[in-house]
Amino acid sequence: MSLEINHDRCMHCGACVGSCPENSLFLREFILEVDESCVECGICVRACPVDALKLRGD
Amino acid sequence: MDPDEGDIVECDVLVVGGGPLGNTAARFAAKNCSGRVLVIEKRQEIGSPVRCAEGISLEWLEELEIEKIDHFINKKVLGAKLYSPSGNQMTIGKEMAGDEVGAVIERDTFDKEMAVLAGREGVDFMLKTSAVDVIEEDGVIKGVKARRMGNNFEIRADLVIGADGFESQIGRWAGLYGAIPPQDIMTCFQYRMTNIDFDADYTHFFLGSDAPGGYVWIFPKSEDSANVGLGIQLSQLDGSKSPKEYLDDFIEKHDWLNQGQEVDMVSGGVSVSAPLDKVTKDGLMLVGDASRVVDPITGGGVANGIKQAKIAGEVAAEAIEENDTSEKFLQKYENRWRERLENKLWRNYLAKEKAVELDDEQFDSIIDALSDKKIDEMSTEAILKAVSEKYPNLVEDFEDML
Repeated sequence: MSLEINHDRCMHCGACVGSCPENSLFLREFILEVDESCVECGICVRACPVDALKLRGD
Repeated sequence: MDPDEGDIVECDVLVVGGGPLGNTAARFAAKNCSGRVLVIEKRQEIGSPVRCAEGISLEWLEELEIEKIDHFINKKVLGAKLYSPSGNQMTIGKEMAGDEVGAVIERDTFDKEMAVLAGREGVDFMLKTSAVDVIEEDGVIKGVKARRMGNNFEIRADLVIGADGFESQIGRWAGLYGAIPPQDIMTCFQYRMTNIDFDADYTHFFLGSDAPGGYVWIFPKSEDSANVGLGIQLSQLDGSKSPKEYLDDFIEKHDWLNQGQEVDMVSGGVSVSAPLDKVTKDGLMLVGDASRVVDPITGGGVANGIKQAKIAGEVAAEAIEENDTSEKFLQKYENRWRERLENKLWRNYLAKEKAVELDDEQFDSIIDALSDKKIDEMSTEAILKAVSEKYPNLVEDFEDML
């Protein structure tokens, strides 16, 4: 599994960043990044107001 | 001014986050001490993009100690109208007197104004600059590791003020708190719509399953335009329908809205938490959303945050002058902001916990029961007092706080 960020949908609002229990997401100006600490819990997928995040099976 | 890779930048007070609260804290710090105050902001432009519904009450604006406010106010309102799912409604505000009690502001103008006011006190800004970690030595916060325009460098400060909002990482890196539970997170989406048909003298709130655990808001920007948005409690979302889709559905079913056009999109997260036990440690204070002082019932963050940020700035200045930025000294900040805000935050948090359990039928009967009541004051307290008369069981947990 991995977290897929749809950069075309992302509004860079940070709703996922603050919701992430592992502090794995980072917003640097207009770039959303996920690091290796992500445990694929899916909370950010639900938190995203515009459906820009997906968990995808390997 | 541009730091090179590996540089060390020094200041007395470092504020992380150039929002209105960061800049207000910086302003009052610079005003009251002789030290260097620096604000870093990850965006290239202060105030943009806006992440706010922009509705405020007018009473706290005097806290800002500014001469004119009209240039960032779009529309003043007489009160608020609350609607239940089947269309029952109640009005709050001084309907008869015609007094304006609230306003919808232009946040990017407001935010830039807060920066200008800070600048006048000598505050420096570094835009397009992200904090990537805190510098902590023997349990004391000494600054942050930062990145700007591709260069990594350190900013060292006697005192760091974390004003980095809902997605605050300063507080997490410093170990002051961890994750926010999903029931304490609102995820929000909003359009600015124009050419809509509504009563622009009021803010409008739609309760119930259109926005589970939250509400739909219509905040007038002019006679025929408004911020139309909603917040939904994260624990009420299962991933099958996003907040944007909830809002699209709401707009589609109302003829007075669906004929309008969308001219702006905003999204964001908001914490609706109980007050934290601690928002300071040696060398660090948190303010605003980063310290979880958003009103848990309304989701409004600016009013509480400005009050708190002003206190933070004053205590920061005192700490620099006294050369003592220990947690013990910063207890002054904790004591002062808690005295102003903590009781109300707790009460509204408990009210939020009750409100989220209500279903559409209960909202219908509550709004119906309150529809003939005259509630002059546009405040959560006034609404809760009215609720307590008809539905004492709903407020029994916090009746002593009313």
